Amino acid sequence: MDVADIHKNTKLLVDGIPCCVDEVDFTKPGKGRAIYRVKLRNLLDGTITEKTFHSGEKADEAQTTYQQEQYLYKDGDHYIFMNTETFEQLFVSESQIGDKKDFLKEGILVDMLMFGDRPIDITLPNFIEFEVMESDIAIKAQTISPQLKAATIETGAVIGVPTFINVGDIIKVDTRTGTYVERINKK
Amino acid sequence: MEDEKQHLLQLESNLKTRALIYKHIRKFFDDRGFLEVETPVRVPVIAPEPYIVSFESEGWFLSTSPELHMKRMLAAGYKKIFQFARCFRKGEQGRLHNPEFTMLEWYCANADYMVIIQHIEDLISYLVKELGFRKIKYGNPEFDISTPWSRITVKDAYLKLAGWDPTTQPDPLRFDIDMAEKVIPGLSKDYPTVLIDYPSYASALARIKPDNPTVAERAEIFFGELELANVYSELVDADEQTGRFDEAIRQIEKEQGKRMQMPEKFIETVPFIPECGGVALGIDRLVMLLCNASSIDEVMPFTAENA
Repeated sequence: MDVADIHKNTKLLVDGIPCCVDEVDFTKPGKGRAIYRVKLRNLLDGTITEKTFHSGEKADEAQTTYQQEQYLYKDGDHYIFMNTETFEQLFVSESQIGDKKDFLKEGILVDMLMFGDRPIDITLPNFIEFEVMESDIAIKAQTISPQLKAATIETGAVIGVPTFINVGDIIKVDTRTGTYVERINKK
Repeated sequence: MEDEKQHLLQLESNLKTRALIYKHIRKFFDDRGFLEVETPVRVPVIAPEPYIVSFESEGWFLSTSPELHMKRMLAAGYKKIFQFARCFRKGEQGRLHNPEFTMLEWYCANADYMVIIQHIEDLISYLVKELGFRKIKYGNPEFDISTPWSRITVKDAYLKLAGWDPTTQPDPLRFDIDMAEKVIPGLSKDYPTVLIDYPSYASALARIKPDNPTVAERAEIFFGELELANVYSELVDADEQTGRFDEAIRQIEKEQGKRMQMPEKFIETVPFIPECGGVALGIDRLVMLLCNASSIDEVMPFTAENA
């Protein structure tokens, strides 16, 4: 692909390794060639590197695909998913799941980014509903801010919720920011 | 909607400064006998330049620069003209770029690039005074803008910062990369820099220096790493101009597989353009400089990101 078409989230193949473009810094002195300083995240091990391209150069696009998977359960260090079309099971290691484990609720559908037959990244739905498992009446020590208190949701993650939320309530969470959105169901 | 409202209101003080800058610029040029003009934004042909890519519009183009039309006016007898010109350049997007931006261009007959550099010094000093600033604070340093600003030849800057002389060793690719990676980051952060006398191969519409054919009378003004303006003693030799456009058309066809047209109407008028100097100054960057804004989206309410 032409380097001018590289954007944030473009997947490139650099020295045989699939990388996600996290940032592109575009500079173009005078009437000369454009220079693209690209911050690359290695999709296999998460390391960050930088690379410079100039206009006219070509970059290799990593052939990645998305497929829909349903999260089934956790077994030891692995998270087990099922392809919603082929029903094949897919094992993803805990390190690849990263922070997303906080909102990985059994039964949800996710978009799995694949490099060949290798799972490399997960996109969660933007909003997921969770049951509140633990949350004490707002006592000072657990109060995050005057309006929020800590609550544990069914995955074990702790998030800030309004003080009127009780154990057993169903709440909607924005998985991109990890923040409470609204109460869906009162116990 | 809430996010947009908050974003737009945050820009209010910069946008007020922007409006004042426009007002003062008009006064500055009016006081000096310049006529404000407007040339078309949508044009049938653009100057072929290898690294400036246009947007097409029903077989015509959105203007990448008002230069050709303004020079046609000079050829017709206008001596001092200026314009706030909307320009469009495909793919130019970043902290200092937006694909649609505003250029302040002015042209002055019987002037060369050195005269235009003085105009820029005068304009910046005037704006700082009218806005009631004492200094230009941009990023960490405060720029000492007392004139004359330091003029450094491209040759000396490259010898010092990149270790080679691009005027005697023509290497356009290395020239561009070293400009971005070594020369610009090495420029002074305490006072403005005027880089002068670019290699002739990096100066599409500038006149070759009479006593040194390896360089052209082109200058660029920098405040640290912020490139503000490109200045030429304008090329008024029709054969030379045709040759350079031919070369650019060949290069674009080879590298991008695109056949550009020769700007014939412009070429016909070149023999009638008087000796003159001209400049393209990025207004959005000027506003950034005077508002101490690090990113172009702080001085434009809508960019390609949020339009």
